[in-house]
Amino acid sequence: MRVSTITVADIDFVSDFSGALFWDEQRLLVVSDLHLEKGSSFAARGVLLPPYDTIATLSRLAAVIARHDPRMVIALGDSFHDRNAHERLSDTDRETLAALQVRRNWIWISGNHDPALPSDLGGVVATEVAIGPIKFRHEPTGASGEIAGHLHPKARVPTRGRSIERRCFASDRERAVMPAFGAYTGGLSIRDAAFAKIFGSSGFMAHVLGDNRVHAFAASRCY
Amino acid sequence: MRSDLSPQAGRGGFEATASYSFNVPPSTKCLQPPTSWGVSTLDLFSVPPSETADLLPRRFRDWFASRGWSPRDHQLALLAKAREDRSALLIAPTGAGKTLAGFLPTLVELSGAGALPASASDQQRTSLLSTGRSVKRTGGLHTLYISPLKALAVDIARNLETPVAEMGLPIKIETRTGDTPVSRRQRQRRYPPDILLTTPEQLALLLASDDAPFLFASLKRIVLDELHALVTSKRGDLLSLGLARLWTIAPQMRAIGLSATVAEPEQLARFLVPQPGGESVSADVVIAGGAAPPVVEMLDTRERLPWSGHGARHALPEVYELIKRNKTTLVFVNTRSQAEMLFQDLWRINDDGLAIALHHGSLDVAQRRKVEEAMAAGKLRGVVCTSSLDLGVDWGDVDLVINIGAPKGSSRLMQRIGRANHRLDEASRAVLVPANRFEVLECAVAIEAIAENAQDTPPLRTGALDVLAQHVLGCACGEPFLPDELYAEVKTAAPYANLARTDFDDVVDFVATGGYALKTYERFARIKPNKQGRWRVANPKVRQSYRLNVGTIVEETMLKVRLVRSRAGGSGSTGAIARGGRMLGQIEEAFIEGLVVADTFVFGGEVVRYEALVEDQVYVSRANDKDAKVPSYMGGKFPLSTYLAERVRKLLDDVSAWNVLPDQVHDWLSLQRKFSRVPAARELLVETFPRGGSHYLVCYPFEGRLAHQTLGMLLTRRLERGRARPLGFVANEYALAVWGVGDLSFMIRHGKLDLNALFDPDMLGDDLEAWLAESALMKRTFRNCAIISGLIARRFTDEEKSRRQVLFSTDLIYDVLRKHQADHVLLRTARADAATGLLDLRRLGDMLSRIHGRITHKELDRVSPLAVPVLLEIGRESVYGEASDELLAEAAEELVREATT
Repeated sequence: MRVSTITVADIDFVSDFSGALFWDEQRLLVVSDLHLEKGSSFAARGVLLPPYDTIATLSRLAAVIARHDPRMVIALGDSFHDRNAHERLSDTDRETLAALQVRRNWIWISGNHDPALPSDLGGVVATEVAIGPIKFRHEPTGASGEIAGHLHPKARVPTRGRSIERRCFASDRERAVMPAFGAYTGGLSIRDAAFAKIFGSSGFMAHVLGDNRVHAFAASRCY
Repeated sequence: MRSDLSPQAGRGGFEATASYSFNVPPSTKCLQPPTSWGVSTLDLFSVPPSETADLLPRRFRDWFASRGWSPRDHQLALLAKAREDRSALLIAPTGAGKTLAGFLPTLVELSGAGALPASASDQQRTSLLSTGRSVKRTGGLHTLYISPLKALAVDIARNLETPVAEMGLPIKIETRTGDTPVSRRQRQRRYPPDILLTTPEQLALLLASDDAPFLFASLKRIVLDELHALVTSKRGDLLSLGLARLWTIAPQMRAIGLSATVAEPEQLARFLVPQPGGESVSADVVIAGGAAPPVVEMLDTRERLPWSGHGARHALPEVYELIKRNKTTLVFVNTRSQAEMLFQDLWRINDDGLAIALHHGSLDVAQRRKVEEAMAAGKLRGVVCTSSLDLGVDWGDVDLVINIGAPKGSSRLMQRIGRANHRLDEASRAVLVPANRFEVLECAVAIEAIAENAQDTPPLRTGALDVLAQHVLGCACGEPFLPDELYAEVKTAAPYANLARTDFDDVVDFVATGGYALKTYERFARIKPNKQGRWRVANPKVRQSYRLNVGTIVEETMLKVRLVRSRAGGSGSTGAIARGGRMLGQIEEAFIEGLVVADTFVFGGEVVRYEALVEDQVYVSRANDKDAKVPSYMGGKFPLSTYLAERVRKLLDDVSAWNVLPDQVHDWLSLQRKFSRVPAARELLVETFPRGGSHYLVCYPFEGRLAHQTLGMLLTRRLERGRARPLGFVANEYALAVWGVGDLSFMIRHGKLDLNALFDPDMLGDDLEAWLAESALMKRTFRNCAIISGLIARRFTDEEKSRRQVLFSTDLIYDVLRKHQADHVLLRTARADAATGLLDLRRLGDMLSRIHGRITHKELDRVSPLAVPVLLEIGRESVYGEASDELLAEAAEELVREATT
């Protein structure tokens, strides 16, 4: 497997095609916007989406954890789709989550969807985490050395004959915005003004998630 | 005021007089009738006068006579069917007075003439009128008319007023469409008119309420217009379920179907009567005769016939000449983009300033109406149009129909040609303009088929489960239902006659809680049984959402196109674009997604430049380019019919029949015979040859582009496994070409590639499964099912909108559901759709069985004449694979190359 990397503040992160970042030296895995129980959140409002999104997201999370065997996992906010979503976790999903946390430090960063996480989920809850030059927080501010989520970046890449739209990392070597990891999370085009606000006018890269690897494009070539 | 004229008020005064003797007007002069009735005097009157008198009350006979008309045989036949209390299907060409025929029984009954004794209940035809404290009985709804087009319902209502007024009939006629104001809708429920003209969707809405029995219990007749068009889609399924409801509420109701000519009238007639289960029953079929056969010819172009393409640009001057020589010409093309292109090209050479207009489904409704009105007023010399004009209001003096490109199917073509004729006795005239050599073959066999009056309309559909889900929810919005009763009722609808109980139960479970194996949504149920076991909506919000989302027409996501001033040098990000701008119409989101800023395309008859996309608005500016980056040919919705395909194969196989073909085509086929082989009727010809460093495999199944695309997807998978290293494929309506690195000729010669194994029907097993997992077409099919079934909404209440809960991707839902509950009812529904829809699996399956063991391989040293057209599509069509890693990698490399050279 070809290893793709994303550099932020001179630190190289492995960009996993699942949408996770891995900091090898720290053995730190970062995922963002899991939006667990989004399905049941919609169901409560009468849209009966298949109730398998949590199971799907957690099994993808388990796979990427198995690939990198991190010592620490940071969930970069909006891990749960709504305030009460954690109460709707099934027992099986709870067990899966607990098994993933064994022998690992686990940090839940709170996001706008899940501002108040309870303590019984395992791990610790924080609003942001700083490790070396890197700051992990949910909502991007554009600060240097920042890795954030929240925006769910996606990019459409023109290819031969048609275009392909996928989730992506957005990064300009100073900061990065991570794709959403959740099974039901859609995306916001990197051409949206929200990204210009964070990256300014100097341009940034879209690291597009393929089926087995990550492909890098100048954001200006995507739409 | 008509409203005070209840049906009873008119009774008594106008008895039918049996002794009235009817004189056939000795008229051979041609009176111009109101175009929508198209009743002409030239048809010789052959029903004995005494019978006419018996069927048609005096008032009606006088009215016919006063107009110089006589009733047609089929009009009287429908009256006779009504008297016998039978439902009937009338098959008649355009201009046969079909609509009047459909309404005559109603008008006669409502005239109070008593000509049709019908069921006894008619005499006390009653409905309830609320007077506040109690209820009083009055007339009530007598006849329901259903049209596929809102505009048609409105037009028919207007035309119906004429005979009603002239005969002084005490009949109240109203329409109900999406445009009807709320106040009138409410009034219609309480004080129903005698005749209500509406659409299948409005009928579903009316049925989904508590007072549906009140409104419909008195119903005597239902008239279904353009039935041949309605039954081919999910709208037909919805309508059939509405009919089943009506049969329960109003068992005395009889149906009249109005249809163009179809392949199997008996089958279509099943739609009109409740199916008793077990055996199949049909309504009586009345076939109107008397239409003069159309005069159809193929344009014998002076120009060189193109090898490929669909624009027929070579024939432009000749098409223009035809428009000039005729009074009014309809020019049909198969896709919107072709319409745009042709319209523009015609205006470029329109030195005489002929009034030529454009009409297609993506144009703004107001603009379309304007064209239609100008047309009706005789102000236009030509209209370039798509299937948007296949149906609908008749337009008077169209004297020529030109069909550009492939006819696709004989029935379809005949219906289009019928648009040129509003007097039965005059032959319609049509000119077919093939756009390439293969289309010449298709046009030739279509002309033969028309001469034989051979129809190729599809068989009656099997009712879709997503539509059933919508109906079940609708039922739960009305009076609570018992599943056993509803199941029995649904099975009376012809498309659902064979519905399995397990499927029905799955659908009810789906509507209630999503139908998931993982039972976690019980508390969120949308419908619930009460203590008596009757199901009803759980809360008013569900009902509201049903009302907003009723219907089965899932439009592609459309974006509004607005014309603004150009922002030269714009970077494409959203920003300081001038907002507002004139609305040009709507365009498919998928098309815009394929563009980059500054690309040009033709829209609304002009070349425009793509400026920006902001929410659901596409901003474009006027471009000065003469040639636009025109959308690739989308193939249209309809593939070449199996019937015409078979005739094309037979034509190719019969050298003696080639004489009917233009010389250029004749020569082309002769060359093919010399250099390769002309495929025999039952075989599949496979050619392999090298070209430009690649190796090609071209086959000629003639099964339409959709089936070929699916075949291409599956073949490339297999070739990849067989280490032939395919790179891409391209399909058109007739052929499929696959190319790759591996030397296919060599592999076949040395037994490393077995063509019989390659084309084995077993590719519809695992290979298909694997491909469906990622197929964008399958995802689109799934999305439609999710919307129709009510899993996700397409229209929201204001409250929901404000909560921005609208956004999620059905593709993601498809992925998750497929993995975790592959047999879910929605996936089954999507699969059933795929069999006939975008993937055309059924046809592919039939073809694979047909050619099994009948593959003829030709190893060539270069491209054959027959292969040229499909190879020319390369680059114009999207190619190989949904596998995006390769494409993404290639795109990335290409950009690198661009940047480094």
